[in-house]
Amino acid sequence: MTLLSVKNLTVTLDTNDGSARAVRNLTFALEKGETLGIVGESGCGKSMAALALMGLLPSISRTTGRIDLDGKNLLEKTEAEMCQIRGNRMAMIFQEPMTSLNPVHTVGRQIMEPLRLHTGMSEGDAHQEAIRLLDRVGIPNPKARIDNYPHQLSGGQRQRVMIAIALSCKPHILIADEPTTALDVTIQDQILELIQTLVREDGMALILISHDLGVISENTGKILVMYGGATVEAGKTDKIFEELVHPYTQGLFAAMPKLGRSRTTRLITIPGTVPDLISLPTGCTFTDRCPLATEICRETPPPVVEVKTQHFVACHHLEEARARKTEELFS
Amino acid sequence: MSDKRSLSFLSRCRRSRSFVVGGIMTLFLLICAVISLFWTPGSAYNIVITNRFLPSSADHWLGTDQFGRDIASMLMTGTQNSIVVAVVAVSIGLFIGVSLGLLAAARRGWTEEIIMRFSDFSFAFPAILSAIMLTAILGPGGVNSILAIGLYNIPVFARLTRGSANAIWTREFVMAARASGKGRFRITFEHILPNILSIIIVQATILFAIAILAEAALSYLGLGTQPPEPSWGRMLNEAQTLMFLDPMQAIYPGLAIAIAVFGLNLLGDGLRDVLDPRLSRKR
Repeated sequence: MTLLSVKNLTVTLDTNDGSARAVRNLTFALEKGETLGIVGESGCGKSMAALALMGLLPSISRTTGRIDLDGKNLLEKTEAEMCQIRGNRMAMIFQEPMTSLNPVHTVGRQIMEPLRLHTGMSEGDAHQEAIRLLDRVGIPNPKARIDNYPHQLSGGQRQRVMIAIALSCKPHILIADEPTTALDVTIQDQILELIQTLVREDGMALILISHDLGVISENTGKILVMYGGATVEAGKTDKIFEELVHPYTQGLFAAMPKLGRSRTTRLITIPGTVPDLISLPTGCTFTDRCPLATEICRETPPPVVEVKTQHFVACHHLEEARARKTEELFS
Repeated sequence: MSDKRSLSFLSRCRRSRSFVVGGIMTLFLLICAVISLFWTPGSAYNIVITNRFLPSSADHWLGTDQFGRDIASMLMTGTQNSIVVAVVAVSIGLFIGVSLGLLAAARRGWTEEIIMRFSDFSFAFPAILSAIMLTAILGPGGVNSILAIGLYNIPVFARLTRGSANAIWTREFVMAARASGKGRFRITFEHILPNILSIIIVQATILFAIAILAEAALSYLGLGTQPPEPSWGRMLNEAQTLMFLDPMQAIYPGLAIAIAVFGLNLLGDGLRDVLDPRLSRKR
């Protein structure tokens, strides 16, 4: 049975200005041990999708569709049942290690809490396990560090603690929402490496959310590119990087800073700004910024086409998009 | 590790001048109250008319009143009374108010709406007026004045708690706690309460001062502590008619009230400096 199967997940936020569809018709499946990357710029709905999976969306939101974990729809579960799943079956790592730990408790206590909550471990066993976990996430001298308060740790160490907390109950799915965005690049590599190793050792499924194509390409087996709440391109990572099809994915790739360029070369950007989710076109969400857009794009949702095995694209102008070389579209 | 922490806590306490001064003033009152339990320089109850209006002397440190009672002893016993009223009244407000505030922040929605509108409603009446109303209905007396002051404290604590708790609920570590499977009840006690405790403690010290003041006011009006129990408020009331005959009789209880209120306010300010996590993190 599929570990996690998401079908037509739609999240609508009822704001004062109207309802915003933060996630529309998100569909994907995740097997045990698989890694999925969700990529897109800020506000494309990737964090909302993650929170929807955990059932942690704010109360102004409505969620429709299905999220099946081991065949059981999470959207039909009560809050108490979700509490048993969160941290236990599904765990999450957040973007800001600086603020994701409670400043008034020691890190040891914060690692022990979910252990005692979900596995019913005794205080002493949980303490031992917490030391083992700290050691496993690469914190030196865990026996002493366990009594530290969060402000006594560096950002990288705090993120390691967050990982230890997330992994404490051996979840089946780990959701990492921009886990390295707040860290500097050298630490970023170490943390991603750590997540990779731990995920592989425990046979967990990983959902890695990032705005960084580089991070996603190196760390995931499958990719989902989101724009304006909708999936524009999805498939196996290597297939997608063989040929970036959707104009948005091409733009994202072109916008990555590259080494070896002269100092005067300007970075390539995608013109325009992130769309206002309240007044998105009914058709393709990328219409307003797409160089290939025509009238049909605005009105009709694009069909999802499997351009190669395990490589899906939602675009009306597939032929044109594929005919261009990457970077040509936006330069 | 814990030694280091308590040491830096103490040194922070010493560095805050208002904490030290306020602490000394409050401690002085507490000591007076404790000593008066088993010893007073004279008698606060015995009426000896022949001794009335005596000036300060070795026998009567602060002189005697119009009934010949020892003023110093009455003040000391009155401290006891003020502290008991304030402690019980603030505790009532603290427990009920903080619980309501935490509940409002945890449940949101109509629970919050009802609790907060109830607080707004009770704020619409001036505190002393509602206390007078309550004691008028229930009858004057120590217990009823405690009840009246305590009831007034509930919405103050409820509002403060709800406001600061709401701010903590939006923090990322609360989201992380929810993601690790904790329910609202657990999060409230493990994450919300410890983070707003310092704010509540500071507010409690300040309300403590206000409670002492309110008790004095109610007693002054004859609605609080009843004779023969000495009380600062009633001493003021009784001295009022003798203002020109023996002004010191009014000045002493007034001074006692001022010391108590000033000391507790300073202590509250000092505690804020000491407990504020933003200040403590800088060091």
